[in-house]
Amino acid sequence: MSDRLTRDDVAKVAHLARLELTDAELDTYTEQLGAVLDHAADVAALDLADVPPTAHPLPLVNVLRDDVVAACLDREEVLAQAPAVEDGRFRVPAILGEEP
Amino acid sequence: MTLPTTATAIAAAVRAGEVSAREVVDAHLAAIEAGDASINAFNLVLADEARAAAAAVDAKVAAGEDPGPLAGVPVALKDNLCTRGVPTTCSSRILDGWRPPYDATVVERLAGAGAVAVGKTNLDEFAMGSSTENSAFGPTRNPRDPERVPGGSSGGSAAAVAAGFAPVSLGSDTGGSIRQPAALCGVIGVKPTYGLVSRYGLVAFASSLDQIGPFSTTVADSALLLEAVAGHDPLDSTSIDAPAPSLVDVLDRGVDGLRVGLVSELMGEGIAPDVAGRVRQAADALAAAGAEIGEVSVPAASYGLSAYYLIAPAEASSNLARYDGVRYGLRVDAPTTAEMNAATRTAGFGAEVKRRIMLGTYALSAGYYDAYYGKALKVRTLIVRDFEAAYERFDLLLSPTSPTTAFRFGEKVDDPLAMYLNDVCTIPTNLAGHPAMSVPFGAGADGMPVGVQLLAPALGEATMFRAAAALEAAAPPLEEAWS
Repeated sequence: MSDRLTRDDVAKVAHLARLELTDAELDTYTEQLGAVLDHAADVAALDLADVPPTAHPLPLVNVLRDDVVAACLDREEVLAQAPAVEDGRFRVPAILGEEP
Repeated sequence: MTLPTTATAIAAAVRAGEVSAREVVDAHLAAIEAGDASINAFNLVLADEARAAAAAVDAKVAAGEDPGPLAGVPVALKDNLCTRGVPTTCSSRILDGWRPPYDATVVERLAGAGAVAVGKTNLDEFAMGSSTENSAFGPTRNPRDPERVPGGSSGGSAAAVAAGFAPVSLGSDTGGSIRQPAALCGVIGVKPTYGLVSRYGLVAFASSLDQIGPFSTTVADSALLLEAVAGHDPLDSTSIDAPAPSLVDVLDRGVDGLRVGLVSELMGEGIAPDVAGRVRQAADALAAAGAEIGEVSVPAASYGLSAYYLIAPAEASSNLARYDGVRYGLRVDAPTTAEMNAATRTAGFGAEVKRRIMLGTYALSAGYYDAYYGKALKVRTLIVRDFEAAYERFDLLLSPTSPTTAFRFGEKVDDPLAMYLNDVCTIPTNLAGHPAMSVPFGAGADGMPVGVQLLAPALGEATMFRAAAALEAAAPPLEEAWS
């Protein structure tokens, strides 16, 4: 069953998740994730066409509150945790590839 | 006088002015100082903060004010619970240096009740694991045998209580991360009903499954701690809007007439014979105390593990997308933001977290969503239905907590599937959102503790705690190995 998950699949998923893998890691993860997915094959094989999904254990409803000003996190305290800030904002490297 | 050791006795003595919170806290800090170098239960010990908090409790007692129901009780906090201004690491390099700008609701409630936080405990990185071997700060050792794992992911919180570093602690349980380490360390561990305890300030792993709960050495202490942290919180939209249950007051009500079902799917293949033997012995003890024991089938439980290891990683892959080097924690510099994101995540996450993120990303990706994640959500429905049917016939269910006693370091860490199988008995309750707890019940053939699991329907904590008290009273001594 491991043939369902290929090395290329793992490389693609790693890219989507913004993880860089070495060649050796690609081999290891392909094997390990394949084993877990093999185990999950019993679920994938079930005929559950008439069963509704359960995404959450509670019947969830939107929780609203009155639109009044309440205490919130202190901006300076929050920004103090960031690797880089500028003018009260989070600073990041170039986003579109231009020189900063 | 000799200092009391349980949370219940400490709070009573401190409230009565018989001992000071400062003496109690100093004694526990000394125990940590003397013993934690070999256990590694703590990522951080809050000695100065704890002494200051204890002094504040003593000042209240001296002034004749109510110091709270947990007055002077030292408590250890799993290091995925946010503590304002105090490092919160999730045992991950990616949160390097982070000091949360707020307290978790449970942390606030404990402080309000007079409890004293003595430190932040080690865990499998982001609570992903069953042995506490996946920590960026090294593994925690089992106080009953340092060559063995304490279980996980809340291994530090379980070991801290088992070692006497704190009478009680808090952990989080997504697929068994409180109950399994409680079983392996020989202490009590409770996963409450989903929504009973606020998750505000619990660093998210799998949001539809995560729940905070207590560890303790006595059933009464877990009841006391859970009462203090449970209850509605407007800061958690999944918090149940109902009064917290009374637990301490029901412990002596006994189990006469309670119907308890032994889960047949969790008593056979894959369960060590000594563990299954202790569970049957526990059933006999409940019967002797007046409960009616029967066997019950929860057929979909067999699919729980597979469903969980699709659902939890899927939710994790989304929750952990926030660690991108922008707002907090580690940043590995690179010329562009996309490269910085990837370099930071690659350096900051350990192997198991990467595995789960990739597994979840795959299960949610186009072409596989229906076959994996979609199917897993439907299996979740089957599990809920099976439990509903079981609870029509029984008030509580009984099973092992973990298929084996504590295993040795390195035994399973390179075989993810073998590690995941540790959670086979605990996962179904998380998928259903129900409460369950592990109670120590004697030792296995290797002399290590065995935990039996009590399961209850949603908000069935009071009944569950009554049965736990009965098991506690009947538990065989840990010194006698199973034979």
